[in-house]
Amino acid sequence: MTTRMFGEPIQRREDPRLLAGRGRYLDDLGHGALAAAFVRSPHAHARVLDIDVTDALDVDGLVAIYTYEDLPERVADPLPLLIPHPALTHGRTGYPLANGIVRHVGEPVAMVVATDPYVAEDIVDLIQVNFEPLPAVVGIENAVRAERLVHDDVPGNVGAHLVQEVGDAPLAVDTAPHRLEFRLDIERSASTPLEGRGVYARPDASDGSIRVYSSTQTSTSVRFAIAAKLGLPATKVEVIAPDVGGGFGVKIVHPWPEEILVSWAARVLGREVKWAEDRREHFVSSAHERGQVQFVRVGFDDEGRVLGLDVRFLHDHGAYTPYGIIVPIITSTQLLGPYKVGAYRAEFTSLYTNTVIVTPYRGAGRPQGVFCMERTMDRIAEHLGRDRAEVRSANFIQPHEFPYDQGLVFQDGRPLIYDSGNYPEALEKVKEMIGWDEFPGRQEKAAAQGRRLGIGLACYVEGTGVGPYEGGHVQVDSAGRVHVSTGLTSQGQGHGTVFAQIVAEELGVPIDAVEVTTGDTRRFSYAVGTFASRAAVLSGNAIALACRRLREKALRIAGEALEADPGDLEIVDGIVRVVGNPRTAIPLRTVAVLANPLRYAFDEEAVRATQFARSSGDDGPPVPEDDEPGLEGRDYYSPVRSTFASGMHAAVVEVDPDTAEVRILRYAVVHDCGRMINPTIVEGQVHGGVAQGIAGALYERMAYDESGQLLNASFMDFLMPYATEIPRITTGHLETPSPLNPLGIKGAGEAGVIPVSAVIASAIEDAEGIRIARMPISPDELFWLRRRAETGEVERTGVVKSDRAP
Amino acid sequence: MKPPPFTYHSPSSVEETLDVLAETGTDGKVLAGGQSLIPLMNMRLAAPAHLIDINGAGGLDVLRTSDDGVRVGATVRQARVERDAEVFRVQPLLRWATGFVAHPVVRNRGTVVGSLAHADPAGELPAVLALLDGTIEVVSRGARRTVTGRDFFAGPLESSLEPDELAVSAFFPALPDRAGASFAEVARRHGDFAVCGAAGLVELDDDLRVAAARVAYVSVGPNPVVLDLTEACGHRSPGATDWTRAADAARGRLDPGADIHASAEYRRHLAGVLTARVLGEAGARAHGAAASGDGAHSGALR
Ligand SMILES: Cc1cc2nc3c(=O)[nH]c(=O)nc-3n(C[C@H](O)[C@H](O)[C@H](O)COP(=O)(O)OP(=O)(O)OC[C@H]3O[C@@H](n4cnc5c(N)ncnc54)[C@H](O)[C@@H]3O)c2cc1C
Repeated sequence: MTTRMFGEPIQRREDPRLLAGRGRYLDDLGHGALAAAFVRSPHAHARVLDIDVTDALDVDGLVAIYTYEDLPERVADPLPLLIPHPALTHGRTGYPLANGIVRHVGEPVAMVVATDPYVAEDIVDLIQVNFEPLPAVVGIENAVRAERLVHDDVPGNVGAHLVQEVGDAPLAVDTAPHRLEFRLDIERSASTPLEGRGVYARPDASDGSIRVYSSTQTSTSVRFAIAAKLGLPATKVEVIAPDVGGGFGVKIVHPWPEEILVSWAARVLGREVKWAEDRREHFVSSAHERGQVQFVRVGFDDEGRVLGLDVRFLHDHGAYTPYGIIVPIITSTQLLGPYKVGAYRAEFTSLYTNTVIVTPYRGAGRPQGVFCMERTMDRIAEHLGRDRAEVRSANFIQPHEFPYDQGLVFQDGRPLIYDSGNYPEALEKVKEMIGWDEFPGRQEKAAAQGRRLGIGLACYVEGTGVGPYEGGHVQVDSAGRVHVSTGLTSQGQGHGTVFAQIVAEELGVPIDAVEVTTGDTRRFSYAVGTFASRAAVLSGNAIALACRRLREKALRIAGEALEADPGDLEIVDGIVRVVGNPRTAIPLRTVAVLANPLRYAFDEEAVRATQFARSSGDDGPPVPEDDEPGLEGRDYYSPVRSTFASGMHAAVVEVDPDTAEVRILRYAVVHDCGRMINPTIVEGQVHGGVAQGIAGALYERMAYDESGQLLNASFMDFLMPYATEIPRITTGHLETPSPLNPLGIKGAGEAGVIPVSAVIASAIEDAEGIRIARMPISPDELFWLRRRAETGEVERTGVVKSDRAP
Repeated sequence: MKPPPFTYHSPSSVEETLDVLAETGTDGKVLAGGQSLIPLMNMRLAAPAHLIDINGAGGLDVLRTSDDGVRVGATVRQARVERDAEVFRVQPLLRWATGFVAHPVVRNRGTVVGSLAHADPAGELPAVLALLDGTIEVVSRGARRTVTGRDFFAGPLESSLEPDELAVSAFFPALPDRAGASFAEVARRHGDFAVCGAAGLVELDDDLRVAAARVAYVSVGPNPVVLDLTEACGHRSPGATDWTRAADAARGRLDPGADIHASAEYRRHLAGVLTARVLGEAGARAHGAAASGDGAHSGALR
């Protein structure tokens, strides 16, 4: 038997190349290309009165300067609203270059093309733009007050308003034995991949085509967008995602102004043009996420069971809504986590502000929802004087209750039905890993030494693997190599490893024979993209199905050659053989030759497939009806709905009583993403996610001032944590297979990040005895919370006000 | 994030360096380790028309220790000072403080003198120089002067160096007998510029009581601030000293500013916390040194 590949913790195959510096990222390509650079708005809200390029005109190396007026139709149109929704009544998008008005700092106003990026930046500095500043709307509170408007024609700054409910939550809250009401705040952060965005366009004058490399999470859709904007048939546009240095959501947005403009300019100029975003640009001109204010009302019984949950929240979506309202929809639906609540109502208002657009960042609205739910669970436990884990347990959906219908509509427009899971077991496991039951003793001992420890816990359910579909293509060549391609892109997740594992397992070939290509429209042109923890579920299953087709064909052809029943054949190490009679065998590479009837013998192997060499036993055509030449398989996987992964995190923190610094002493994760293709890769995803979660809990925020200037647009002041800030993470796995797809898998890409703010808030609250209702939290803020707790301005935990209904 | 155009000079001697500096005047900037200057140029916050690279000038890569102290030449890297055993013996505070400067890769390039010349009030080494009453040796064509920290640091990112002047070395006096030092800081991330930092020095008298206690602060003002807190320590032995009194005294005398990472009040609070910590540790080290009688310092490396 071939050694098993599916489920093996093999090393990532892409690492030797990437670690040795042989990766080919966007800026590693096109050294001879012209460079693009952008004049960007220094104002959060302003009218563009005049653009004066006089000083720039005689700079050596200038090739072109473009403003909105220079753009032809279609290119000059507003950017597409990618995901419309009936509740998004006032969706607005920007223009590739400002059309008379700018609505956030960083919005592109003019494009410069020059012989190199240095000159291009010199020229940007010489272009004088005369702005008339307008009052800016910054922060959710100002947006809701609506004394100023971001868009004149959007009253109240309200882009969307949506209510989803199951049962009568307000009534359930009002009639519950206990009720609580409180506010929670989450600030902005961002994906901040180490490689920013980038585009490199190569026009081909000989056939009017264009090849575009983009650091994107969806090359297929960028291709259609560019074709539409440039008025080209899609057959004239190729888009390739080269090595991509992280995406985390921001690169699923498209077409970015730069993707259109660079491609357009390359065609106009008949020259290669490249733009590689720099860090400062990335902070002010790509996308952010997370900012929400939540108002929670909850009613519960003596055991802590939630009878009614009524959440109203305000979501800051920035200046435009190209990605629709996916983020707040996910918040309102994934908020429920592993729990069944009696009645639920979620109402959100999505608001415009004069800040960078908000689009999904790893977790995509879930961290906010989980923060809301888990803070609520902690409040209930505190209120009843019960153990926090016990209260959660009292609310769990039980293993026998799957599939469990939450009665809501999820982000894919499908019913929110959980496919499988085992929450009680996960809770037991994470409690054991973190030492939950022993902790009070530990905490007391530490307190005796003047140390403040706290423990926290949070649970989540993550809808992964959303549709509509992905495809896979697998081909065996006459050298026995297996070429696999799928349309979605990779940003470092290890697709080249896990997809190869699936292929090796399904086809019975050595993994070294398998080569995987992603995100290249020349190889696979139908795809959706990499987001929503969907690559393994969608492309993984599609590739498996494609392999099964190929395998069937291989066995049929081998059966003919070996005069054996295909049902008696197996493929081991790339050789098709008769089960129990391994000497009756034919290599897969020979099967590949036979699969392609030939007239011309272009090499030794091919001789076997030529017309006089083949024993054509009957009078049928060389390629039978309903068949195709070649040993290939292509198939698609399109799920009926999402599959729901889940997990629980717990942490022990230590808070410095003097400096208010927070240190994470232990961090434990239990994670269930169904069957694991590669546990090492799952763990890597979880670790990276936890690191980003810790970033969002303790370090990162977008420091906008009241005029809409981002004060920390660099890695010096935007505190992305280093390895030194991330504790050792212990990971435990559960495998509850998904019944929805052939491989039984669920997504794992975002999980790690989701519950971290909730866990850390819970642990700090436990250590300090001060209520934590706003994340992230800095030492400075904790210092002030302590001060205010002393003066009674901030609530301490454990102070129970009577809430019994009379 | 690409620098504007500049002319690159690579003089091969100090004399030639001084000539170029004199010629380029305010248009020229010295390039040492480049760990502060290059980022500023890439962000177009600095745009010198001439860059004078002193790494090939010769004679500046000298690290000399004597019982009096440590002399650090202009191209000596922070990493070298941090690791040098003799430096540690003569003035351990240099190692303890340098360990807080950025990350190892930055210290491999960044120079001690460059850090002083950069005059960042958030820098650790300017505070150390100020605490120890160290000096900087400055030359220009035909002139040479020795500048104290007080006269050298003229404001945030501003030194008293004239455009034609080169800082050729810095001198850090040795740790006196019966003395101990300590460095502590609070930074948001490991290796970041400090939200607040403190370098402390405690000297004992013959009866092993605190004769002098001084603290220099990082990130609490436009320049390194040095406070003499001897009074507040109450002339007791280190073990019997209530360092929180010194902390309170420091809080009362400092006037830190606010930024996006910390409010002024939190900084003031931290300055007090760190005052007690560094004086407590420096006092214990001084006591250890005096008790062992050889002026050697004990304790951890950081
Ligand atoms: C990521 C990062 C983190 C950092 N964190 C810290 C930190 O925590 N604490 C800290 O103190 N520093 C920090 N730094 C700055 C670092 O210590 C620099 O090395 C130091 O500030 C400057 O030294 P340099 O040799 O690199 O000088 P350069 O960058 O070459 O020069 C800095 C300035 O000093 C002038 N200059 C340099 N040498 C001379 C000379 N001999 N005569 C006259 N003028 C001269 C230059 O003209 C320039 O204006 C950090 C830097 C980075 C990149």
